[in-house]
Amino acid sequence: MSAANQTTVARSTLSIRDLLNEATIALTARPARTIMTALGTVLGVAALVATLGLAKTAGSQIVSRFNELEATQVTVKPPRDRGNARNRQVNVIPWDAGDRLERLNGVVAAGTKSDVDVGGVFARSVPVVDPLGQTEFQIPVIAVSPGLFDAVRAELSTGRTFDEGHNARGDAVAVLGPGAARRLNLSRVGNSPAIFLGEESLAVVGILRDVSRQPDLLNAIIVPNGYAAERMGLVAPTEVLIEVDIGAAELIGTQAAIALAPNQPDQLRVSLPPSPARVRSSVQSDVNSLFLILGGVSLLVGAIGIANVTLVSVLERTGEIGLRRALGASRRHIATQFLFESAALGALAGLLGTSLGILTVVAVSITKEWSPVLDPWLPFAAPVLGALIGLLAGTYPAWKASATEPIAALRSGG
Amino acid sequence: MSNLPPVVELIDVSRSFPGTPPVEALQPTNLRINKGDYVAIVGPSGSGKSTLLHILGLLDYPTDGTYFLDGIDTSHLSEPERAGVRSVGIGFVFQSFHLLNHRTALENVMLAEIYRPGGQSERRERSVAALQQVGLGHRVDAFPTTLSGGEKQRVAVARALVGKPSLLLADEPTGNLDSVTSAQILDMFDDLHALGITLAVITHDDDVSGRAERRVAIRDGVLSEYAGTDEVWA
Ligand SMILES: Nc1ncnc2c1ncn2[C@@H]1O[C@H](COP(=O)(O)OP(=O)(O)OP(=O)(O)O)[C@@H](O)[C@H]1O
Ligand SMILES: [Mg+2]
Repeated sequence: MSAANQTTVARSTLSIRDLLNEATIALTARPARTIMTALGTVLGVAALVATLGLAKTAGSQIVSRFNELEATQVTVKPPRDRGNARNRQVNVIPWDAGDRLERLNGVVAAGTKSDVDVGGVFARSVPVVDPLGQTEFQIPVIAVSPGLFDAVRAELSTGRTFDEGHNARGDAVAVLGPGAARRLNLSRVGNSPAIFLGEESLAVVGILRDVSRQPDLLNAIIVPNGYAAERMGLVAPTEVLIEVDIGAAELIGTQAAIALAPNQPDQLRVSLPPSPARVRSSVQSDVNSLFLILGGVSLLVGAIGIANVTLVSVLERTGEIGLRRALGASRRHIATQFLFESAALGALAGLLGTSLGILTVVAVSITKEWSPVLDPWLPFAAPVLGALIGLLAGTYPAWKASATEPIAALRSGG
Repeated sequence: MSNLPPVVELIDVSRSFPGTPPVEALQPTNLRINKGDYVAIVGPSGSGKSTLLHILGLLDYPTDGTYFLDGIDTSHLSEPERAGVRSVGIGFVFQSFHLLNHRTALENVMLAEIYRPGGQSERRERSVAALQQVGLGHRVDAFPTTLSGGEKQRVAVARALVGKPSLLLADEPTGNLDSVTSAQILDMFDDLHALGITLAVITHDDDVSGRAERRVAIRDGVLSEYAGTDEVWA
């Protein structure tokens, strides 16, 4: 080759394996310092993992205790009685409340339910009072709209429930709760046996086996609203019961009040199930905001710690930097090496912090008798976060190291 | 031999450091070192010896002039290419050894291999061989803190040799050693010279420069060739 014929020159190299090896040697050369350097990041990552893990765990507990029956029930009541409030009730809950509500999207079934004041009248299933045995009982009477049977998920033991026709005509029919049927000694309704409420007689069309809600129905004589209004002096329904789709409770709560009392919806007392979403978010926002801030601050402190110690070590290792340059390292190799070291330190801190965070979640879960739940990505994301922090913290020291002139570095001794 | 380009050819190479006034550390200099030469560069403190050596080793840039290394005009090289040339073509030995204390002798030697293109395979074998060549085959796993000064410098020489560079540069290699150990290092340089390795050794010690086949004197940044043992800067 001649001087005129400029040949291409092979650049120096640095393999990933060597980088890894160099980082390992650098981090293990002074284990105590490495641990102290990483401490801030360890704590920061631990705080973050513990926070997210605990929020998730707490949230899952609420979901697992989630009561489907409770979550799908909305009740509406008229304003609390204040002296002469009888008129108000008339205005507030209409007789056709069930029908109005069943038109809403998200309502499965709806009906009214009102306790009827029968003024101490006894109920019996035989026309004549038997002086020897007890045949008369004080049994509560409840007036409902036909839709209520669906809204409480009533199961029939025998017969049928009354329908809109019975209700509209004010027919003297009744459905018995199983408790009431037993006391009245009725088990079959094939020929619509009569029961007597004082002087009034009612045809029993069905006997319930069970209800999922409103267990007071089980011991009651259930009559149509129409009959109660006509013959028993019921002025207005005292309660509306709505079965809604899962998740629709909140929305239906608002809409129901408007549908029932368009002019004064806020006078109605709407009771919603404790929304799991609300409970969870309140738990999460409590835990999260505080500890996420704490974790963030620790991470920042951790990053500053790594940056600081890495910078010091760059200054301490000036001689080594000069030597490496003399051995063939380019500026980029020096920068890469220090970046890799701080990223490895960060990743290690992240790994340690993740373990610590998970341990915290498990420990807290044990004391609270929760089952610990963790997002599956969390144990993997946290060390990556640590590595990113290390990378970020190492940027300036690495640049500083790569900018060191080899002649100055070699002069510094070593 | 004669049709090969010289290992080193400096044409009007100078180096000045900025300041008020600027320091003319190296005046415009012409120097040729042929393959297999053993050159001693002799001069008092502050005369510009290290400055010259850093330029020869591509650790520093000349302010002016052209430097051909193995026939390649180094002024056209990018920084990564200069690093590549250092890793393949140049071995350094320093007065203060520059060994890493947390690594064994072998690991210190192997450090020279990680930046060299194609230096991946049989690294350990080559490094052990280099240590054997400097007479330290029995101390490969010793840490520098347990080695004597002479042994440390021999590890450093092994590190400089392991990549079979075309130019070995030594800056006061015996500056930290007593006369007996110095003699051992100089014997080793004689052996390397006999093997055909090109050597440039900086020194202000006549014993050291006396072993070289050629001596170059430097004073106040001015280079002059001389053959005798006379005191030229008396
Ligand atoms: N970075 C620098 N900035 C300014 N002046 C410098 C710099 N480096 C070297 N010099 C000056 O250049 C001159 C030559 O320095 P050099 O280090 O080459 O001397 P030397 O011959 O190696 O001396 P010694 O035998 O003491 O090592 C000295 O005057 C020194 O002060
Ligand atoms: Mg010097």
